[in-house]
Amino acid sequence: MKIARVVGTVVSTIHAEILDHRKLLLCDTLDPEGEPDGGYLIAVDVVGAGAGETVLLLDEGTSARQIVDEPSGPLRTVVVGIVDEIDLAER
Amino acid sequence: MQLGRVVGTVVASVKADGLEGVRLLIVQPLDRQQQPRGTPMVAADAVAMAGPGELVHYVSAREAAQALRETFVPVDQAIVGIVDAVEEVSS
Repeated sequence: MKIARVVGTVVSTIHAEILDHRKLLLCDTLDPEGEPDGGYLIAVDVVGAGAGETVLLLDEGTSARQIVDEPSGPLRTVVVGIVDEIDLAER
Repeated sequence: MQLGRVVGTVVASVKADGLEGVRLLIVQPLDRQQQPRGTPMVAADAVAMAGPGELVHYVSAREAAQALRETFVPVDQAIVGIVDAVEEVSS
């Protein structure tokens, strides 16, 4: 899974069926220190994450479809958690 | 999923089995600010509505193969939605 920050939403009325009634969040992927690492992903939200929140992204299709309870479909990235805290061991 | 812009179409009359009737579009991958990033690639149009110049979101790898009606069509990139708006929030 990846750590990311919600930086916006994507509005798409014409889309693949599996995305029906799903909120699409624009997320910057972060390094463990919480800094953007240059990447981003559009993820389906299932936990009600809001703008600016640090979240946990699942980026694998089989598990993603299991979460939304769909046997098949082009879904891969899902917001599966809202991060409260990250503690890094001193290096 | 990530953002892309349709920049062209590809016609290939001789194709591998399973690719019949699949509409192939040239998509320029975009970064989060919708600036071109990386080289254009060819994606299957799973929503069959995307035209040149349109902002789309696409999925890669195995999920692309699940974007079309008959699942597991042999494609590695597929457009899964047309983007109406990207609302960014400054966190």
